[in-house]
Amino acid sequence: MTHWWKALRALFWQQKARMDGVVVPDNSRCVQCGICSYNCPIGIDVRRYAWEGRPIRDDHCVTCGQCVARCPRGVLRFEALARTLQPTP
Amino acid sequence: MRRYVIVGTGVAAVAAAEAIRQRDPSGTIVLVGMEAEGYYSRPGLAYYLTGEIPEAMLFPFRDADFRRLQVQVVHDRVEGLDPAGQRVRLARRGWLAYDRLLLATGARAARPSWPGVDLEGVVYLDNLAHTRHVIRLARKAKEAVVVGGGITALELAEGLQARRVRVHYLLRGDRYWRRVLDPVESRLVEQRLAQMGIRLHHHTQVAEILGHKGRVTGVRTQDGRVLRCQLVGIAVGIRPRIELAREAGIATDRGILVNPYLETNLPHVYAAGDVAQVFDPRLGQHVLDSLWPLARQQGMAAGANMAGHRVPYRRSTPLNVTRLAHITTAIMGQVGQRDADPDAGLVRGDSEVWRALPDAILAQKSDEVNLIRLMVGRRTLLGAVVMGDQSLVRGLYTLIDRQVDITPIRERLLAPDAPLGDLLAAFWSEVQAHLRTAAAEDGSPPPREASG
Repeated sequence: MTHWWKALRALFWQQKARMDGVVVPDNSRCVQCGICSYNCPIGIDVRRYAWEGRPIRDDHCVTCGQCVARCPRGVLRFEALARTLQPTP
Repeated sequence: MRRYVIVGTGVAAVAAAEAIRQRDPSGTIVLVGMEAEGYYSRPGLAYYLTGEIPEAMLFPFRDADFRRLQVQVVHDRVEGLDPAGQRVRLARRGWLAYDRLLLATGARAARPSWPGVDLEGVVYLDNLAHTRHVIRLARKAKEAVVVGGGITALELAEGLQARRVRVHYLLRGDRYWRRVLDPVESRLVEQRLAQMGIRLHHHTQVAEILGHKGRVTGVRTQDGRVLRCQLVGIAVGIRPRIELAREAGIATDRGILVNPYLETNLPHVYAAGDVAQVFDPRLGQHVLDSLWPLARQQGMAAGANMAGHRVPYRRSTPLNVTRLAHITTAIMGQVGQRDADPDAGLVRGDSEVWRALPDAILAQKSDEVNLIRLMVGRRTLLGAVVMGDQSLVRGLYTLIDRQVDITPIRERLLAPDAPLGDLLAAFWSEVQAHLRTAAAEDGSPPPREASG
């Protein structure tokens, strides 16, 4: 598979995840540095969600992806809303 | 009403306080710490140094959070421990009685014994006060020498470079972090550092730090070269703060020895975090983990036990996620090599496990920016290094931590030019579905993922 095709495919899924998804933290990686909260344009305390291991379910979140992109430790990711809302077995 | 005293204000201490309060709404909780700043993100200091966050962002908890938890944070130094009287002696406030005591005193940066190490301009990235000091000195410094082979040394080098200080980075061996990274990974990091303008000096050790009127003016290396600088950043390992425990008669080795309930050998005295040397039943020995997320987990377990719940701490596979020369890097399980250790002391992110177990077969994929390295055992994955894209890490971590049988894909993983990412992603999907089904059938809780 060529690089441009891989890049295009990644971009598509990235955009789709942003439209359909929520930001989900992996709190086993978070070190509470606060880069996520500092870079949130809306002022959401993303770090607090990460500490508590909760998806960022804030009506004001525009899923701009700043927190996901800036986290130096890969704590945050987009996850499809449907999957996040699924009851855990 | 039970009296809980926690010595330390780091993540283990705060996690313990939260865990206690969840289980005991009426007990008193006092955190005693030497640092006036109280609880802050110590790993965040690296990003404060680079200028990515202001100092105010280092504090995840506000006073209101501690008030909500009904936790009193006291700035004082604990000078002594009287186990028979169940009390600790504070430098300013005198005796403080406890029913349950947690020692979460952390670790300090190791100080080498080189001549000149006490000169003004020799710095560490150990705590907030040190970091402020580094930032202050970096305003005037033009050149710096950084020494050390692990993550913190790199954070110092990158941070100083970001503050427009010209950095010479000294490495004892032939490449960066030889103990954990393989040659491809080391070179990738070194190339990035060079692109950033950091000058690397391999096979170079400090003989002496030179000074004039009490200030650093340079470093003389063991091969006789003199590097002019105004700052010397040192990160050659950490030492757990065990003095208080040792003087009180608590069993110590390199750290405070604790059982799976985080109990020391003294009744009602617990230890957690960087200072605790926790018994790992899988390895049959006590191990030191100087990792922030594990310190939090230990604090949570210690707090639950202090509050009267018998909760064993299960030491999960070490997962160290960090950023090396702007590349997000996850290191999990056994990834080290048998080569001789080129750097003295305990490096943050290091784990004895990596050195205690034999080398396994290596499978690797590299495409410039993203890199996966797997240590493949006979039936399970033993460890992995993931640099760049992190989407596989959760799955990989679970496969390693739960020792999932990888026989179905083992041969394909080891085949030349194997599509590692695709194989692992597909296998992880199958395993995840299987785990969910199994959990649903037996009514047990859903599978835990990447809780390292």
